[in-house]
Amino acid sequence: MESLLRVENLRVEAKVAPERYAAIVKDVSFSIAPGEVLALIGESGSGKTTVALSALGYSRPGCRIASGRIFLDGTDVLTLDRETLRKLRGRRVSYLAQSAAATFNPALTIGEQVTESAVLHGVMDREAADARAVDLYRRLDLPDAENLGRRYPHQVSGGQLQRLMAAMALCSGPELMVLDEPTTALDVTTQIEVLGAFKDIIRDQQTAAIYVTHDLAVVAQVADRILVLRGGDVMEIGDTAQILNQPANEYTRKLMAAIRPPPSATGGDLDAEDAAQRQPPVIQVKDVTAGYGRVTNGKPATTVLRDVNATVNDRSVLGVIGESGCGKSTLARVIAGLLPAAKGELFLDDHKLEERLADRSLEELQRVQIVFQMADVALNPRQRIGDIVGRPLELYMGLKGARRDERVAELLAMVELPGSFSSRYPEELSGGQKQRVNLARALAANPDIILADEVTSALDTIVGAAVIDLLKGLRERLGVSYMFISHDLSTVASFADRIMVLYAGRVVEDGPTHSILGLPSHPYTQLLLSSVPELRQGWLEDVMKTRAALAGIARAVEITEVGCPFYPRCPIAIDGVCDTRTAPYREPVPGHRIACHRELTELAEFEQEF
Amino acid sequence: MSEASNDATQEISLNSAGARPLFQLSLMGKVGAGILLFWIIVALVGPYVAPFHPADFASDDSFGPVSAKYLLGTDYIGRDILSRLLHGARLTMALSFTATVLAFVVGISLGFTAALAGGWVDMVISRIYDAFLSMPTIMLGLVVIAALGSSIPVLIITAGLIYSCGLYRIARALAIEIKVMDFVEAARARGERLPWIISREILPNAVIPLVSEFGLRLVFSILFISGLSFLGLGVQPPTADWGVMVRENLGGLVYGSSAAFVPAAAIASLTIGINLIVDDFSAQRGQEIAEEMI
Repeated sequence: MESLLRVENLRVEAKVAPERYAAIVKDVSFSIAPGEVLALIGESGSGKTTVALSALGYSRPGCRIASGRIFLDGTDVLTLDRETLRKLRGRRVSYLAQSAAATFNPALTIGEQVTESAVLHGVMDREAADARAVDLYRRLDLPDAENLGRRYPHQVSGGQLQRLMAAMALCSGPELMVLDEPTTALDVTTQIEVLGAFKDIIRDQQTAAIYVTHDLAVVAQVADRILVLRGGDVMEIGDTAQILNQPANEYTRKLMAAIRPPPSATGGDLDAEDAAQRQPPVIQVKDVTAGYGRVTNGKPATTVLRDVNATVNDRSVLGVIGESGCGKSTLARVIAGLLPAAKGELFLDDHKLEERLADRSLEELQRVQIVFQMADVALNPRQRIGDIVGRPLELYMGLKGARRDERVAELLAMVELPGSFSSRYPEELSGGQKQRVNLARALAANPDIILADEVTSALDTIVGAAVIDLLKGLRERLGVSYMFISHDLSTVASFADRIMVLYAGRVVEDGPTHSILGLPSHPYTQLLLSSVPELRQGWLEDVMKTRAALAGIARAVEITEVGCPFYPRCPIAIDGVCDTRTAPYREPVPGHRIACHRELTELAEFEQEF
Repeated sequence: MSEASNDATQEISLNSAGARPLFQLSLMGKVGAGILLFWIIVALVGPYVAPFHPADFASDDSFGPVSAKYLLGTDYIGRDILSRLLHGARLTMALSFTATVLAFVVGISLGFTAALAGGWVDMVISRIYDAFLSMPTIMLGLVVIAALGSSIPVLIITAGLIYSCGLYRIARALAIEIKVMDFVEAARARGERLPWIISREILPNAVIPLVSEFGLRLVFSILFISGLSFLGLGVQPPTADWGVMVRENLGGLVYGSSAAFVPAAAIASLTIGINLIVDDFSAQRGQEIAEEMI
């Protein structure tokens, strides 16, 4: 077949100093046929976005396309003048960015923004564009297609906005679409809907696509061919099946190895898990309700957590899982004392831990340390690494001078960073290195428990896997406990002794990891489990087929006062019961609780179908 | 923008980042720095090299012309203008510098306190400052000086308080932006006290925008104090001050004397010099921020 896009010997350079350039993409060649999806994968810094953008004849400020040729349907886009190029972009080639929230202008209606490019480029008039937009909304399974265009971006959910971005990119009927990590920021449950919608529409419209991502499991679902990049070099290019099953390149194999297998009950060390359940608790959270705004009668203006109970045992790991907005981070903030709870109690060992930071003793503060998700903003950009890691040593242990520096070097070594880093500033470090410093600072306090809030979420697969291994090693050596918060079930399952599932601020299930993964579980947990992409082609189709039978899964999360929080989305909800009465706890085994109105046998039946 | 790009450019820029000087002046910036340096030297050594005492009636001529003895001529009662200018430099610059420092100390400490304490503390301080801001500065100065009389401490405190309004607003906004950053949360969770959080976590991140603000406020207070002196409310004759000198010699303009023009030119060149540096600094910071965002 004649190729639609042909890139030959592309070289892109970035400005490193005045008049000095360094290559960030070296000698990349590939082609795409009409209707074909090519995935560009690689770690951050591999140049995947840079390559994808060059298909639009675009290079970012500070970068330049140094050499190579890019043919779109026979024309070399690099020879086009500005005006022709402008007409090309948006009309024949369109771009779909990672963050929908940042792409939409909150002050304009969705319809205006979806049709803007098509109308502006004169592809069609406003009425035709509006009609096409409505058609696209339907194809993307968006609710209330006729009226959706009149709404504003804040009135739809994140997953819907992501699909609307696809509508925006497709409205002018482009021949080529560039998708840059379009599902990376989404929860697994939402990711499925969005992936399914993308895949259908790409097939329907026969649009060729470049799909940029670092997630191989996602690639397996959507791509026809895969191009593996590393440091601007092509490692391997081939059909999806070949890359997944018989990767020829060393680096591709390493990438595949870093992917955690989907959670299953058979993995993991059962004895260690059992031992962890028998340890005495370090932290106990009892009936905590918390939120933001003024508190009246033990109820905050906006409730985020409702009646939450949790226990972290000594030398063990509690995994807290749930989608964004479920209250995971709020729970960590409550325990750390950053957000006093409106109601409920906290215990450290067996004595009460005060709600407010100001009321806690220095020793209590030292024993509970929190590590934030974004190492970028968790480290003060104006402090040297040595001062960042050294501060807890001064504060809690009174270490000064040479003894402090010595200990800082030890801590850096513990997180596998060279001691010379202590004189550097955070901006001189990579994302993974910053996360290690973030961790070293918590370790400096010699804590009993570390509250780790999504510490691997912003990292690449390989870097993230290394951080998890580090956490495991530290637990073995230092006996520190973790509350490990994540939205990624595979990561949690590979690491935690116990798992707690939060939905809309309430605990819907908690228990030992193998029991959660193996025994019948809450419908929401099942939804989460089945939503983790598997590294095989056709997985998405299988899931979509089962999902199609289960209505109501795609509805938005509502924080409810009464009944089960999952009721609006639950496929096996009992009307008149689940929405009015608080669910009782089912206990398949001691220490494993499921908050559901359905009997355990019914849950097990449902699990079979799912 | 994707993470990929950031990392790529970051890694490359690492090697060059260390060697780069923090701040390099452009040509206009260098001109500004030259002017400022000149006036600082004048303020430091001027009084020692002045040929006459500033209050001496050195000549019998009023509005005497430029001559070998009186390099810049004489003023309306025959005093040597050069000598008065050299003495005045020290007073004018010291006054406005002290007033600006005062404005900084007051504005920043109140701004940071309001931002971090929040609630009613913020409310009370902000409303008081709003009341201040609603009055024209010169008029406010006039009222205070009319009530308390004019002396150098009163001048400094008045100018300092007036210019602390703007600084309060800026410092409060900066602190509100920085305090929600996770590193401040981390410091709170660690058990750090407020003074430490302000001085070690927040202030270092607010320094750069505040530096250019310092330059601007310095210019404003030079103009404000000279303006008051010109109106007869600031520094009182016979003390040599540039604003006073402009006022005293205004009458000479009719006779074609440059006596009023010389101090006016001094004020203009000093403020322009400082502005050139500030402009250059802000432009470069702006560019760096723009580059970071890309």
